[in-house]
Amino acid sequence: MVNLIPTQWGGHLKGLSISNKDICKLHIFFIFSKMSIKRAIIGVLALQGGVIEHQSALEKCGVQVVLVKTKDDLKKVQALIIPGGESTTIGKLIRWYGLEEDLKRRIKEGMPVYGTCAGAILLAKNVIGREKAPHLALMDVTIERNSYGRQLDSFESQIEFGEMPAKHKIPAVFIRAPKIRSVGNKVIVLAQMGKEIIAARENNKLVTTFHPELTDKLIVHRYFLDMIPKSLRA
Amino acid sequence: MPTPKKHTENNKEAPFKLKSGLAQMLKGGVIMDVINAEQAKIAETAGACAVMALERVPADIRKQGGVARMSDPKMIQEIMKTVSIPVMAKVRIGHFVEAQILESLGIDYIDESEVLTPADEQFHVNKNLFQVPFVCGATNLGEALRRLNEGAAMIRTKGEAGTGNVVEAVRHWRKIKSEIETVLGANDTQLKKIAKEMRVPFELVKTLVKLKRLPVVNFAAGGIATPADAAMMMQLGCDGVFVGSGIFKSSDPAKRAKAIVEATTHFNDPKVLARVSSDLGEPMESQEIEKLGTKYAERGW
Repeated sequence: MVNLIPTQWGGHLKGLSISNKDICKLHIFFIFSKMSIKRAIIGVLALQGGVIEHQSALEKCGVQVVLVKTKDDLKKVQALIIPGGESTTIGKLIRWYGLEEDLKRRIKEGMPVYGTCAGAILLAKNVIGREKAPHLALMDVTIERNSYGRQLDSFESQIEFGEMPAKHKIPAVFIRAPKIRSVGNKVIVLAQMGKEIIAARENNKLVTTFHPELTDKLIVHRYFLDMIPKSLRA
Repeated sequence: MPTPKKHTENNKEAPFKLKSGLAQMLKGGVIMDVINAEQAKIAETAGACAVMALERVPADIRKQGGVARMSDPKMIQEIMKTVSIPVMAKVRIGHFVEAQILESLGIDYIDESEVLTPADEQFHVNKNLFQVPFVCGATNLGEALRRLNEGAAMIRTKGEAGTGNVVEAVRHWRKIKSEIETVLGANDTQLKKIAKEMRVPFELVKTLVKLKRLPVVNFAAGGIATPADAAMMMQLGCDGVFVGSGIFKSSDPAKRAKAIVEATTHFNDPKVLARVSSDLGEPMESQEIEKLGTKYAERGW
């Protein structure tokens, strides 16, 4: 994708930068996505963090998005993204607003869920690190918070994402990112950086330790939308 | 000099994306002023998305007077060790050495703040030279854009810190919003004139037009004392809030901190706001703007 905003100032708000070429691509994709995903409504958990970035990426994929703050909001969606942000903050707000049980039940029933960074921490069965957030503990991975260090250790890298042989080169932004220390035997590794696992899937649960929503590429979001089973497509 | 880290590998845009990216992850959250590790823990437990480490909260700086400087690195490091959320700290306007010191500690964000006594009357810190991201205050669009041009990766309204009075934060944010509207309605010739008047590159003004908003995250700050204040700033379109003296100068900091976190998330739900506003005890001691000796918002340019 061509980013028309040439300066350092706007390049990160990707949802708002668009070229004619993109619009063509979007139209084509919109037609296809309408066929394949029909009227599935995708939620983005909107308690704190990088919500609008995911909303914008999903809208570019042509799906309808609902921001989820309450149990009633959750009822409206067939799949959910738990965004990046502060896992302690999001984890607490999940608990204080009684979303914990409903989230666990829906995800156990098969609702596709994608956790980015903090969202990955919230989905992980085991969390290493100080001040463990109340987490949902649903996916068979062990994850370590702020594992690369502090903000000065944040970085961007080119990675390969996807199931063999359909691997795609994409940029990955890591911000105070966690590390996946180990995964259970039913977990598929979708991306690695050296030895580090940075994206993984277990059935209906997808996690990445990086932020695809801070880049132009929709590969990870499209992969997630493909996880929605036909039975869930309204 | 800032230590070069691994981020710059084959991507010139990476450093700014990483700087603004952290601010994007703080959105919808509350950043709380804390003066020691114990308060930092209370803030984290209450759901703060980051803390601002400083020796005296603005209300005390107002009361005690004297030159207000960067805090003791030892205190800042204790806070960094205590909490797992990002830690920010303040430097005086233009004091690039205080900024170098904070960067060497591995602080997550630097606030070049008018709450401290300015160190330079001509230049703000050249924030482009640092790996660590900066947040800066603004009272109008020109100020916000000049800070961005210097490399700030996040903007906050100045408001009037230490007063418990939200009126200035509202005024500054409304001013920025109305100036953005003016810019959006302008043609190229007018935009060039605006850029010249604001003393920023034309390109930056064009970016604003394309995005139809500030190109970085904007938080409200300066005078937020209640859950309703926080929710009001969110409804007005801010991305999150800083609460300075408002929490730890109130009678029940833990409860008020949690209430402001909830209000910032559920800013559009008056029923939630009514519940979290109930039985919070006494707010901080507040002040009318006209009766202030020094207006911090007038510091910086």
